[in-house]
Amino acid sequence: MANATATSSEPITTADGTPLKISLARALRRDKIKSLALVAPLFFFIGLTFLFPIGDMLWRGIEDPIVSSYLPRTAEQLDKWDAVSGELPDESTYEALVADIKVGAKDKLITRVGKRLNYELPGMNSLFRKSQRNIPRIEEGPYKEAVIKVDKRWGNVETWQLIKTFSPTLTTGYFWAALDLQVTPAGEVQFQDEKKRIYLQLFWRTLYLSGLITLMTLILGYPVAYLLATLPLRSSNVLLMLVLLPFWTSLLVRTTSWIALLQREGVINDILVGIGLIDTENRLSMIHNATGTVIAMTHILLPFMILPLYSVMKTIPNSYMRAAVSLGAHPFHAFFKVYAPNTVPGIGAGGILVFILAIGYYITPALVGGTSGTFISNFIAYHVSVSLNWGLAAALGIILLGLVLVLYILYDRIVGIDNMKLG
Amino acid sequence: MRSKLPPYTTPTERIWHYLFRFICGLIFLFLIFPILVIVPLSFNSVPFFTFTQEMLTFDPAGYSLRWYEDFFTNLNWRGAVNNSFIIAIFSTLIATGLGTLAALGLSRRNVPYRTTLMAILISPMIVPLIISACGMFFFYSRVNLQGTHLGVILAHAALGTPFVVITVTATLVGFDRSLIRAANGLGADGVTTFFKIVVPLILPGVISGALFAFITSFDEVVVILFVGSFEQRTIPWQMFSGIREHISPTILAVATLLVLVSIALLSTIEMLRRRTERLRGVRS
Repeated sequence: MANATATSSEPITTADGTPLKISLARALRRDKIKSLALVAPLFFFIGLTFLFPIGDMLWRGIEDPIVSSYLPRTAEQLDKWDAVSGELPDESTYEALVADIKVGAKDKLITRVGKRLNYELPGMNSLFRKSQRNIPRIEEGPYKEAVIKVDKRWGNVETWQLIKTFSPTLTTGYFWAALDLQVTPAGEVQFQDEKKRIYLQLFWRTLYLSGLITLMTLILGYPVAYLLATLPLRSSNVLLMLVLLPFWTSLLVRTTSWIALLQREGVINDILVGIGLIDTENRLSMIHNATGTVIAMTHILLPFMILPLYSVMKTIPNSYMRAAVSLGAHPFHAFFKVYAPNTVPGIGAGGILVFILAIGYYITPALVGGTSGTFISNFIAYHVSVSLNWGLAAALGIILLGLVLVLYILYDRIVGIDNMKLG
Repeated sequence: MRSKLPPYTTPTERIWHYLFRFICGLIFLFLIFPILVIVPLSFNSVPFFTFTQEMLTFDPAGYSLRWYEDFFTNLNWRGAVNNSFIIAIFSTLIATGLGTLAALGLSRRNVPYRTTLMAILISPMIVPLIISACGMFFFYSRVNLQGTHLGVILAHAALGTPFVVITVTATLVGFDRSLIRAANGLGADGVTTFFKIVVPLILPGVISGALFAFITSFDEVVVILFVGSFEQRTIPWQMFSGIREHISPTILAVATLLVLVSIALLSTIEMLRRRTERLRGVRS
C-alpha cells in the first residue's frame, strides 16, 4: 500500500496503478453487464414470442391499409374532393377508380375493399363484388357515366364519403366503432344508431359483472380468511388445503362441474324438485345467463381473494382485538374500528387481483354465459375467428388491455410486484 | 380444530362464535363441493349429468366404469393426453431454464432498470389471455408456427416463465451471498460454486416454479384454441370442444382424473414450501 499516505490531491490507485475510482466503476459495470446477460435470454424470448405478437396485433387497431393500398389512385383524387359539398367527385376520380379496379380485379383483390367497408355500411360488399366484375369492361370515357351505369350507388355521395373517410392508412375508426361512435363525413364524432350500439353496453356489463364477482368473493372470502388467520397454525394449514385445492384444479374441471350442478336437469334443480321446493315445470335457469357466469366465476376466483386477505390478516396480532375489548369496546365495534382497517391492504390487493382476472375472462363466460353473461373477451374472440373484423378486435383489445394496465399499476402501488406470492 | 372458548365468554359470544364457524363451513362447502361432486357423477351408468334414482339408493346397477373405459380407449382422448404431456414438458423445460437464469440475474445487486425488467418479464401473467391468444394467433400464422407443436410449446413457455421468475426470485431473497464468497475463498471456481452451493439452495424454488409452469401449460385452454389445431389438441382443448358440442360424462371422468393430478401437484408444492421454510428457520 504505497498510496496509504497519499494526499487528497493524489488519487488513490489500485495495485496495477489505475485510479481506484475507475477500477471500481469498471467492476461495477462488469457486474451490471453480467446481471443483464443472465436476464437477456428470457427478455428476448418474451419479446419475440409474446410482446411483439401482441404489439403487432394491437397495431391492427389503428392501421387501415385496405382502401389506400387497393385503391391508391382513387384515394389520392379523393383527397382533393370536398366531402361535405354534397356534389359527386369529378371525372378524374372516376377515371382513377376504373384504373384501380382494373389493376385489382386481376387478382380479385377489390372484394377486400368491399369487405372492409361493409363493416361500416352494409351493402358495400355486393357493390364491390359487382364492380370487380363489370368495371374492368369499361374501355373509355366519359368514365363517370359508365361507372354509375354499372351500379347507381356510385352516383351516391355517401359511397364516396365512406371511401374518403377510410382512405388514410392510419385510422381511429375502429376505436370509435368499439365505443359505439362513428365519424360523419364532415369529421364529427357521434353515437351510432340506437340499434347498432352494443359495445358500450358490453363494456359496462363486463365491468359490472366483474365488480359483482369481486364483491361476492370479498363477502365469501373475508370470513374464511379471518378464520384461517385466527386458528392455530396446525388447523389453519389443514383448512388452507381446502382453499388451495380449487386453486390448483383445472379451470375447465370447475366450469364443467358448475354446468353439471346448475343446468336445468342438473344436481341443484333435481334437489330442489326432490324436496318439493319447486315443481318440474319451473326448474330454475341458473346457467347460460349472467347468473351462471357470476356463480361459476365467484367460485373460480375465490382463492385469489382469500390468499392475499389471509397473508395480511396473519400479520395482525390477536392482542389488538383483545386490547380494544378489554378497554370496553363491544366486540363488533372493536372489529370494525380496530381489525377491519388493518385488513384494507389485503382487501385492496385481493379485490384488484380478482377484478383484473375477471374482466379478461374468456372460457367460463363462453361456456356458461349464454348471451347475457358474455364478456368483452368473447367479442374479441368472435371478431378474430368468426366475423374476421380484426381491426375492431384489436381496438377492443387495446381498450381492455388499457383497463387492465391501469388496475395493474394500482395493484403495484398497493402491493408491489415483488411481493406477489403464489400458492 | 376446536379451540376451547375461554370460560368468561358470554352466551351471545358463544352463539356468535359457533354461528361464525357454521358460516365458514358453508363457504368451505361452496369451495370444495363442486370439485367433489363430479367424482360420483363420473361413475354414472347413464349419460346424464345428475344423480339417478339408482345412484341415490346405492344400487350397483347405477354405477359403471364405462366413461373411464371410453376415456382410455378413445383415440381422440389418447392423442390429447400425449399432446398435453409433450407440450407441457417441453414448455416447462424452456420456461424453467430461461426463468431461473433471469431470476438469478434479477436478484444480483446493482441490476439496472430492475422494476422495468421485472414488469416486462411477468407481463404474460398480466395481459388477459384472450389478448395474448389473438396476438400469438396472428403472428404465429404469419411465421408458419400456427398449428404446430413448436408454436404451442413456445406460446406455453412464454406463459409459464413469470411463475418461474417469481418463485425463484422469492427463494433468492433469503439467499446468503456470503456462502458464494466462502466457496470462492476456499478455492471453488464459478461453475463449481454454482452447482455445489447455489443450485441445491434454490432447487425448491426452481421445482415449484417448474410445477407452476407445468400446470399452466397443462390447464391452458385459451391460447391452445387459437395457436393450436386438432393435431395439437390437449386435454383441455378436447374438454372445451366436448362441452361445446356434445356433452358426454366422459368429460366428468377426465375431470375426476385431473382433480387427482392437481391433488398430487398441490401436495408436492406444499412439501417444497414447508422444506424451504424449515431450512430458513421459519416455525411451522
